[in-house]
Amino acid sequence: MGDFLNIFIKSAFIENMVLAYFLGMCSFLAVSKTLTTATGLGLAVIFVLGITMPINWVINEFILIPAELEFLRFILFIAVIASTVQLVEMVVEKFSPGLYAALGIFLPLITVNCAILGGSLFMVSREYNLTESIAFGLGGGFGWFLAIIALAAIRERIRYSNVPPALRGLGMAFLITGLMGIAFLSLTGIDPAVFAGWSGVAE
Amino acid sequence: MAESTEIRTGVVADPAGQEKEPLFGKKEKILITDPLLDNNPITIQVLGVCSALAVTSLVYPSLVMAVAVVFVCAFSSLFTSLMRNIIPKAVRLIVQLVIIATLVTLVNEALKVLAFPVYKQLSVYIGLIITNCIVMGRLEAFAMANKPWRSFLDGVGNGLGYGLILVAVGVVRELFGKGSLFAGSGIAMNIIGPSGDTTQYWINTAAESGIGSFFGWYANNNLMVLPAAAMFVIAVFIWIQRSYNTKLVDVS
Repeated sequence: MGDFLNIFIKSAFIENMVLAYFLGMCSFLAVSKTLTTATGLGLAVIFVLGITMPINWVINEFILIPAELEFLRFILFIAVIASTVQLVEMVVEKFSPGLYAALGIFLPLITVNCAILGGSLFMVSREYNLTESIAFGLGGGFGWFLAIIALAAIRERIRYSNVPPALRGLGMAFLITGLMGIAFLSLTGIDPAVFAGWSGVAE
Repeated sequence: MAESTEIRTGVVADPAGQEKEPLFGKKEKILITDPLLDNNPITIQVLGVCSALAVTSLVYPSLVMAVAVVFVCAFSSLFTSLMRNIIPKAVRLIVQLVIIATLVTLVNEALKVLAFPVYKQLSVYIGLIITNCIVMGRLEAFAMANKPWRSFLDGVGNGLGYGLILVAVGVVRELFGKGSLFAGSGIAMNIIGPSGDTTQYWINTAAESGIGSFFGWYANNNLMVLPAAAMFVIAVFIWIQRSYNTKLVDVS
């Protein structure tokens, strides 16, 4: 349990997908205009990351490595991600047409959200086990969710400020993300082992 | 009058109309030039920003990345467009991704042979071309509904528009962050900095006399090496572009 919490906190705050690695920028910038759609997309990302990460772990561990087919990793991972996204798309279209209309082209584009594939590739290169990869998926997704909500909230406020016309919207989003990235640099010093120690005591 | 007939023949789908359509006419030219500025993938469509942030700290890797993206973008558009009528709508994403992933694997292997140092530098980000939203976005928005040759040109145009920003950001970041240009390639140039035993800079800030002596105060800007700097540089590009072309200003 300590490991789980450790990796969750590390991937959500210290090694935030968006603000430390700048993965998944496209949809991050384009769908953060209002808080409602940002929340929807953020939840979708948590869901997709949380599901694809363990599936990709199983595929990597039990199919690719024993058969020495590592060069097929990209194609298989992306196939898993694409089918999961298509599933989510169908579910959202059925149960929440409003959200479906609001997310528009960006729902299929979750597939090409670098955070999802990047997460799976990080999982392989860091040699996580199954529990750890679930924690990493959920934590990474949660960090992405937090970041997009924060940006959307700031952008909703900044609409009432007197921004130079040419910077309005996208330009401002770039600047804010850059500043948020620099702010998150200050978290890199935190030792996640502290949290593992704390949860160990709690148990 | 001539223009209106040309547009009409473009819309009509019968074979007789197709014959009159030029191979590289005005509409084809627009497909290439439009994404360079007025509909740029990064500054206007906001697609493919991730790699723009990570690889642009040096010019040479950005250039290689740009070429790779032009290749993948152009040929994935071509192949998707050729197959657009036989791809079922429900599995279109997977089919498109397999096309892209195959092309990226090709680029990956080619780079490994041709330019191994750059391949090591770019490693993860070549793989992440698969998830570069420009490629996928153009397939969804253009190639699924247009003829192969036009889709191919659209892919080239968007790849070039992406490459333009990538190289421009790379130039700014490398010049101000490291004082050099094209480091790592055959034509590495050391522009500004204190010359030592191993490297000679064009403007030697450590010199006692000459041009360099006026630049004794100059120091490399370490902020430019951070990924966050790319955000600021792109924001400035957007600012400049939208100041000149007020039609692009975001009204919302």
